Amino acid sequence: MDITLEQVEYKYQAGTPFERRALHDINLHIPQGTFLAIIGHTGSGKSTLLQHLNALLQPTAGTITIGDRTVTSGKKEKQLRPIRQKVGIVFQFPEHQLFEETVEKDICFGPMNFGVAKEDAQKRAKELISQVGLPEEVLEKSPFDLSGGQMRRVAIAGVLAMEPEVLVLDEPTAGLDPRGRREIMDMFYHLHKEKGLTTILVTHSMEDAAMYADEIVILQHGELKQKGSPREIFSAPQELMSLGLNVPDVVRFQYLFEEKFHLKLGKTCLTIEELTEALKNVELRGVRT
Amino acid sequence: MMEKMIFGRYVPADSIVHRLDPRSKLIFVFAFICIVFLANNFVTYAILTVFTFFLIFVSKIPLRFFINGLKPVLWLILFTLVLHLFFTRQGHLLFHFGFIKIYEEGVKQGIFISLRFMNLIFVTSLLTLTTSPISLTDGLETLLNPLKKIKFPVHELALMMSISLRFIPTLMDETDKIMKAQMARGVDFSSGPLKDRIKAIVPLLIPLFVSSFKRAEELATAMEARGYRGGEGRTKYRLLLWHLPDTTSLIVLIFITAILTILRS
Repeated sequence: MDITLEQVEYKYQAGTPFERRALHDINLHIPQGTFLAIIGHTGSGKSTLLQHLNALLQPTAGTITIGDRTVTSGKKEKQLRPIRQKVGIVFQFPEHQLFEETVEKDICFGPMNFGVAKEDAQKRAKELISQVGLPEEVLEKSPFDLSGGQMRRVAIAGVLAMEPEVLVLDEPTAGLDPRGRREIMDMFYHLHKEKGLTTILVTHSMEDAAMYADEIVILQHGELKQKGSPREIFSAPQELMSLGLNVPDVVRFQYLFEEKFHLKLGKTCLTIEELTEALKNVELRGVRT
Repeated sequence: MMEKMIFGRYVPADSIVHRLDPRSKLIFVFAFICIVFLANNFVTYAILTVFTFFLIFVSKIPLRFFINGLKPVLWLILFTLVLHLFFTRQGHLLFHFGFIKIYEEGVKQGIFISLRFMNLIFVTSLLTLTTSPISLTDGLETLLNPLKKIKFPVHELALMMSISLRFIPTLMDETDKIMKAQMARGVDFSSGPLKDRIKAIVPLLIPLFVSSFKRAEELATAMEARGYRGGEGRTKYRLLLWHLPDTTSLIVLIFITAILTILRS
């Protein structure tokens, strides 16, 4: 399912004295199966953009094409519901959306809303609970008895249970410990590859963007500033820093290293392994350290 | 949908009304609500209405904010207007059609009641539109202070008020967020039969309550950690200052009350 945004603009509280423009002239094409990372400063419009991708917000101008459906301003709520099944959103701190008595019921809630039979939904819940790394016993527990990290996993399972074709993630690892972070991101990446999902990740972590994304989009003040592969984007670290953004530690190290020794490593390294390889081939001639 | 709520909102601007002490504004509005009921003929209602519009003009807040505040009670106003039109049987008969009879007194009373509503709502909106919630609670706390004599928990009430006011926008945001998260999971909040719609509120209410409990606990811990031990012996960061305009505003009000008392019939 391709997603195309054409000249999308969004204003909060349009027509009131509190009107505020959050997005302006966004043009973006996301082909099926892409892993796209959206990065930008706080308040750059990332989360607003993301809510357009499953029609929770409708653009005040421009069009969005999701699969074979188009969303423009003023579409009726009823016509938008089928989109929500195809595009699953994992919101920031998704554990806040849990409400059922048992974990199993909560996971089944989404699919059953879209007309999946109870037995099928329960089967999905069983599969998913192990996929998100929790034991099956958890299914019978109340979601409010779980730890924060476990609740997050249950909430994610609840979104995955709808079997979306597009998965939209709004900082899915915020507030998790480093290991939990890694596990969850790896799980998303695995799903992405295995099921051929289109994944859109909003993140503050440049490491995650560099490691997982095929493509990175940078937003600033509601406008699309840059777009390209991680290597392209991170090849100009100074530009990113001028936008007030960080670069992955690896890239930063390489940048400072190249500056200090006045040499170039050939390519921008995105992982520690790549950097180690590149550094092996460097001969430090005539340089006093 | 939450963002359209304008009623009871603070609109910052630089006007003499904004700069008034919250205490004087509270007294003013309370007294005004009482003197609205003094008016009972065309002259007195005219004076009141002109005075209200004068206040709005001085406050530098666009009129449409006030009109917006009027919208929720518009039906109530129309309802009372219609009741008065059709059911007051005094004065000259103006209009007669079948069983519908409209009398002069009915028209008069209907207009008066609508004007009374309008004045009340405009002036109370003026209070909330020009006073930030925090100074409103400050003002209320000081005004209620005498009640401490009869063991009324003034400080606790003011604290509760300021905390609730502070958390209204946060809770609104949270409601909006959870609503969207549940909509993404296929909940339909805005259509379908009444029974389904009531059911759809459950996935919104439970998370909202749960997070409110959590928030309350965290806030209490944070307050204790910062040495909060109740109202006894606390000093104030924001001091309320009574200036000349505050006195003037109350004098103007007394003046208007006097005029109304003389002119009412």
